[in-house]
Amino acid sequence: MTANRALLAIGGAILVALPFVGSTYFLHLVIQILIWAFIYTAWSLMGRFGFVSFGHGAFLGLGAYIPALMWTYWGVTPWLGIPLAVGASVLLAVIVGYPCFVRKVVGHYFALVTLALSQVVLLSLTAARDITGGSLGFTQRAVGHSWYALQFPEKGYFYVIAVLLWLVGLVVWRRIDRGISREALEAIGEDEDAAAAVGINVMREKMRVTILSAALTALGGATYGQYVMYLNPETVSGITVSLQIVFAAIAGGVYSMFGPSVGALLTLALTEGLRVWFGTEFIGGANTIYGILLVLCIIFMPQGVVGALQGIRLKRALEASKPAEVKP
Amino acid sequence: MDIYLLEAVINGILLGGVLALLALGLNLIFGVIDVVWISYADVVMCGMYAVYFLYAQYHVPLPLACLIAIIGSACLGILVHRLIIAPVLDAPPLNQLLATGGLLFFLQSFATLLFGTDFRNIGVRLPVLELATMYVSFARLIAFVVALVGAVVLYFFLKRTYIGTAIRAIAQDREIVGLMGVDQRRVYLVVSAIGGALAGLAACLLALQYDVHPFIGNTFGPVIFMICVLGGLGNMLGGFFAAFIISQIIAIGGYYSSTELSYVFAFTFFIVLMFVRPRGLFTP
Repeated sequence: MTANRALLAIGGAILVALPFVGSTYFLHLVIQILIWAFIYTAWSLMGRFGFVSFGHGAFLGLGAYIPALMWTYWGVTPWLGIPLAVGASVLLAVIVGYPCFVRKVVGHYFALVTLALSQVVLLSLTAARDITGGSLGFTQRAVGHSWYALQFPEKGYFYVIAVLLWLVGLVVWRRIDRGISREALEAIGEDEDAAAAVGINVMREKMRVTILSAALTALGGATYGQYVMYLNPETVSGITVSLQIVFAAIAGGVYSMFGPSVGALLTLALTEGLRVWFGTEFIGGANTIYGILLVLCIIFMPQGVVGALQGIRLKRALEASKPAEVKP
Repeated sequence: MDIYLLEAVINGILLGGVLALLALGLNLIFGVIDVVWISYADVVMCGMYAVYFLYAQYHVPLPLACLIAIIGSACLGILVHRLIIAPVLDAPPLNQLLATGGLLFFLQSFATLLFGTDFRNIGVRLPVLELATMYVSFARLIAFVVALVGAVVLYFFLKRTYIGTAIRAIAQDREIVGLMGVDQRRVYLVVSAIGGALAGLAACLLALQYDVHPFIGNTFGPVIFMICVLGGLGNMLGGFFAAFIISQIIAIGGYYSSTELSYVFAFTFFIVLMFVRPRGLFTP
């Protein structure tokens, strides 16, 4: 426990020190990692129980676009736009999630239904090109430093917001992990009928975690939209970003609190590093290696990086605690 | 009936042919190997590039170029199975889905790396047929006919040959077939090759109608899954019919609104139908 406390203190110190040491570019990278870590953690709230959603691109897209569009066209402050976006995502999650759970759409079928959902949002955003700019994307109306518009050219503000957001994600994750819901959800993930038979309210548990996951994902999308200002349907919705979410979360490991964050750190650092290394001459080179690593990771480390590390630690602990062999 | 609407309907039927062919390939793989290839549409993309380069760059005659593309896609199918599917055969279904998802990233980025993001057209201009006062694309008509012929050939292959029988047997009962002296691994390889070849055939037909670019798989890939699921994953006949339902929605939706919205209609239709019939349209 003291080791964990020490780690926690070191982590906190690093978080406080980060904005003062690196360049603007470095800080930009860290903010992105934190926001995506939050989104991946939100996804893993569902994913860890085997409810594999490929539809989080839909919630992310709504979260990013609703406040941005409302601010740019009607001058509505994001303080109002973001709760609206979260509400819209929750509504969408209920509209699609509820019938899915009632009709027992699970496994492959659930993955593909949610995939269709994220395509619906992607294509709707593209089709509304009069206001969203279609696949060319659009840039929010910028007003410089403003609390009212939640726009901060100074990166430090968004760094603090991103850190707070990320911590909220971890707290929610932990609450689910330590709560009674976890046992129920794990049982449901294993066998829904058996879970229902022992008196678990399958519907309520599934809806709750789905709504929570969708709401947090929309919040992450909104923060991302406020931060980068430029939105493109492809980068916040559709099959590509949905897969990206699933991959990073799984690569990091969905069964541990920091797993999805490690996934965000690794994948973003990797793509960014490869991008810098390859330069603009070889577009696609970075993602090629990324793709290969993903496949290798799925084949050889299916429980994710953090899961694999924990596995090693567990094994060592077991070996250490083994009683000395008694010789007859 | 509005003549333009009729035109849209006919074009929808013709589009359905190619989609049906792809649905057959994906369903065959799912039914036999029990793995969903998320990256199936990207194998098609590779086939389209093969046709483009052979025909437009190296001036290989088109039929020969198509043949090479089909064989190449079949080899790619085998390769994908050996390298990616075989190691995760016993893993949870989610991991299998993700492994092929990683392949999707790889193929799209690798194509971007090799060929750039340009839209390339093989430059074959086929005439537009004028029936009464309607215009029907000849390329689509060819695609439709060839796709149907391909489906019929596949049907007879599965019904009449030894390996075809073995394939159907595995789809029915994976456990028992080994006891009957069927080499599962060989059947899996054959099925992957056929799935790849079907993707290659579809690639030849699509190359006549569309420009090829690294992300073309994203435009119709999700549609193919939707068709397979609607027909009931693994149900080849169901997928075949579902292809025509979806292509009609896309064609008629496109007639009344924009292309993107027509896909939105199709996906929404799919989501709603999954609630009504969660195991597919044609599964009792």
